[in-house]
Amino acid sequence: MKHIRNFSIIAHIDHGKSTLADRLIQYTKLVDERQFRDQILDTMDIERERGITIKSQTVDLPYVDDRGEEYELNLIDTPGHVDFSYEVSRALASCEGVLLLVDASQGVEAQTLGNLYAALEHNLVIIPVINKIDLPVADVERVKTEIDNELGLDPDTAILCSAKEGTGVEDILRAIVERIPPPTGDAEKPLAALIFDAHYDSFRGTIVSCRVFDGTVRQGDTIRLMSQGTTYRVEEVGVFRINREPQKELSAGEVGYVIAGIKTVSDTRIGDTITLDARPAPQPLPGFKDVKPVVFSSIYPIASDDYQSLLEALEKYKLNDASLVYQKDSSAALGQGFRCGYLGLLHLEIVQERLEREFDQSIIMTAPSVQYRFHLDDGTVLDVDNPLYYPDPGTIESSEEPYIRASILIPERYVGAVMKLCMERRGVNSHMSYPTPGRVEITFDMPLAEVIFDFYDRLKSITQGYGSFDYELIDYRESSLVKLDILVNGEKVDALSILVHRDNARDRAVRVCDRLKDEIPRQQFKIAIQGAIGGKIISRSTISAYRKDVTAKCYGGDITRKRKLLEKQKKGKKRMRIVGNVEIPQSAFLAALKTDDE
Amino acid sequence: MNRTGYPGLYVHVPFCKTKCPYCDFYSVPATDQAGKWLEAVLREASLNIPTPEFTRFDSLYIGGGTPSLLGHDDIDNLIAGLRGTFRFDDGAEVTIELNPDDVTKEKLALYRSLGVNRASLGVQSFDEEEVRFLGRRHSGRQAGEAVRLVAEAGFAEFGMDLIYGLPGQTVRSWRKTLRQALSYGPAHLSCYQLTVEGDTPFSRLSREGGLELPDDARGAELFLAMSEYLAGHGFVQYEVSNFARGEETISRHNVKYWQHTPYLGLGPSAHSFSGRRRWWNHRSLDAYLRQLGGGSSPVEDSETLSEEQMRLERLLFGFRTMWGVELQELSGKDCANRLEDLREKGLVEVRGVRVVPTLRGYLFADRLPLMVSE
Repeated sequence: MKHIRNFSIIAHIDHGKSTLADRLIQYTKLVDERQFRDQILDTMDIERERGITIKSQTVDLPYVDDRGEEYELNLIDTPGHVDFSYEVSRALASCEGVLLLVDASQGVEAQTLGNLYAALEHNLVIIPVINKIDLPVADVERVKTEIDNELGLDPDTAILCSAKEGTGVEDILRAIVERIPPPTGDAEKPLAALIFDAHYDSFRGTIVSCRVFDGTVRQGDTIRLMSQGTTYRVEEVGVFRINREPQKELSAGEVGYVIAGIKTVSDTRIGDTITLDARPAPQPLPGFKDVKPVVFSSIYPIASDDYQSLLEALEKYKLNDASLVYQKDSSAALGQGFRCGYLGLLHLEIVQERLEREFDQSIIMTAPSVQYRFHLDDGTVLDVDNPLYYPDPGTIESSEEPYIRASILIPERYVGAVMKLCMERRGVNSHMSYPTPGRVEITFDMPLAEVIFDFYDRLKSITQGYGSFDYELIDYRESSLVKLDILVNGEKVDALSILVHRDNARDRAVRVCDRLKDEIPRQQFKIAIQGAIGGKIISRSTISAYRKDVTAKCYGGDITRKRKLLEKQKKGKKRMRIVGNVEIPQSAFLAALKTDDE
Repeated sequence: MNRTGYPGLYVHVPFCKTKCPYCDFYSVPATDQAGKWLEAVLREASLNIPTPEFTRFDSLYIGGGTPSLLGHDDIDNLIAGLRGTFRFDDGAEVTIELNPDDVTKEKLALYRSLGVNRASLGVQSFDEEEVRFLGRRHSGRQAGEAVRLVAEAGFAEFGMDLIYGLPGQTVRSWRKTLRQALSYGPAHLSCYQLTVEGDTPFSRLSREGGLELPDDARGAELFLAMSEYLAGHGFVQYEVSNFARGEETISRHNVKYWQHTPYLGLGPSAHSFSGRRRWWNHRSLDAYLRQLGGGSSPVEDSETLSEEQMRLERLLFGFRTMWGVELQELSGKDCANRLEDLREKGLVEVRGVRVVPTLRGYLFADRLPLMVSE
């Protein structure tokens, strides 16, 4: 065990986590140079395109130090987004140390802080790494000061590196071996292995990623997932070396995978403990939590006949993403669909994009909502995440909405603008601290619903990209809520309804009407769009009828271009839904989310 | 619907003295390369002889650019060369585009002697202010003079191009232009609403907010006023922007574009169509000359149409012309309801086995293919 090191890399988005992982993999020659590609651990198209990691990946790096000692360095690459913070925490719980990556030009950011706190919670050894020192705008001394003042870490322990150019990689590997302690645990004790991730493989079923704390697991063992009480027979155990490499056993201290005929990823719970059925651990490993979705929206097929196909796509998708929850939903405007729950907005976007790209579905997604809580006059408490189920306002005694604690790190000059934004977004209990000269950390308690409504984009734009943001859910607080309905040519489109705070209703109604005016194409008749609360119209916009739609010329050189345009429009038409007699494009259903000053 | 079935031949003359700010057809300012261009066109023609689709033509259209900029010898050699290379039907329609500022009696006589039987004059407007706005090299008065010369030159048919939808244009002023145009007794009128095209001075002006064009409601008003006025004078609106004094003066050549009749295009940026395949030449004169100079084909790219693309184009063309589309083209779920809806809206009529656009239908010709499709 003393030749094992389990570690993770944590960083603010874009600070170079995947690139550093690439360099470590290349250095240890795990992959043939010819087979290597950038962001090798990010296997999904969407991860590679957006430069983010969605699913954890583990890789077991063979390393030989200067004295010729051989080590197994287990890199557990974690998702880099607040939506997946529980997964990150389970991955961290599987490590003894982390590389805390800080961009030499950007310095410490909100997620760096959030990540540091998470690592400290698990008593991990932290190795600060200053990355991108090759950039002309790199300012290593300033970043060292920030590491000292904002993170409270010894700046002299920071390793300088350029993952892009490969400098400092050897120092990092040496530091991992020297500074991160080997795992402890007892291979003879009853098995206790922490599930920190699970992937679906169409041939083998669920591949469970785990860290063994005590005991040993082998092929043929009957294992028990402690939170579920389900048992499975182990078909294979092994380690990840980019590809899966089967091993005879996994024992205390090791990180690897277990294949045990588990049908879907949803049959496992991240954070759960694997033990042996015959000789169970006395108690599960700490920290298990059933993650609950916090953002909800409905998905409808664009063509109502595609309902079955969407259902099948969701079932397939769910095989590999246990955190998506869905149930049947139906709308007068859009027909049969599904109400889905997500971990956050990024998760929602990922689901939407993957359903469209990998599963070839054309879908309409409605405006996301949080889960509100209504106390009714008969004493019942109703959780509502779908405006369709907004209770009769006459029966509501009180209502509540979820709050978050937002942590925002910005250069001092933006304090005024950010404070104003947070106040507009109903932020309360602000605190400010000055971790280093010129930088401010602001914390606010704020309704989650406000974050969903375009908060991060606004923050980015008013701080010219310098503001970083992190949040955690804290509690439910009393709030006055109303349902805003949208009428198109006098007909209520239920899928456009949203629940909003009473004080924001009018403003939001005006914005939605304006946005819809831009989103809905002109048709041959005038279209009235109205916002209403309980039958009272509070906003209105009008889309005038078009009178002429024909190009003047159509000769030899124009034909191909015109046909291509027509083909595109035909495709676009497939992405429209006719409500009443008005064609409403897919994008309009998310219009309630966007502000008009983008 | 095809009137003869023979293909048409198009030649692009890529020269203009000055570039009009609204035009995105390909042209270069100088004619000093006319000799090289002519040589290249004739070489390109010879490359196309063996193709079975193009053994015989019943129309030749010399367009541009400004064909009337070509010198006497060049135009003579061009037409003679083409006649030497290809077979033309006896009654072939031979059209040339002319610019008012270089029309002379001598030129017109030459064209007549070369067998040109149709002249198309790029008048655009007779209104002095409008002509200036359009950046034309001639005045409104000169345009009138030029039309008179053409009318007197003895072509079997002559026509002119007009532009409407200009800033400040009213139905009254547009009718005035039309009235003057009709006073010369043309067989054909092409009336195009001014459109801001891709990369033109007008498109830049428009982006900067310096060009106030009529909105669609105003465009519709001018369109309807024009259509009614010309119909009142016996003109057939056989295509959205094209009017003929009678069915016999319809441009045989242009109709080929809309009926999937094959055509061969020679010269830079020219497009060709063989019945299923479409291809187009390099747009720039330099590239065109370079290719042919090196003995290679000047074709830049091509496409072969799928059955569905052919159908889509038939819808696209059909709703722009008085021949409409065949009923059987409208297929798919719900097609009867969709057709009924269009009839109720007054956009189409059913005549025998064809669905033809009404005048109102022309106004929405770009939408109709979408409205009848699933």
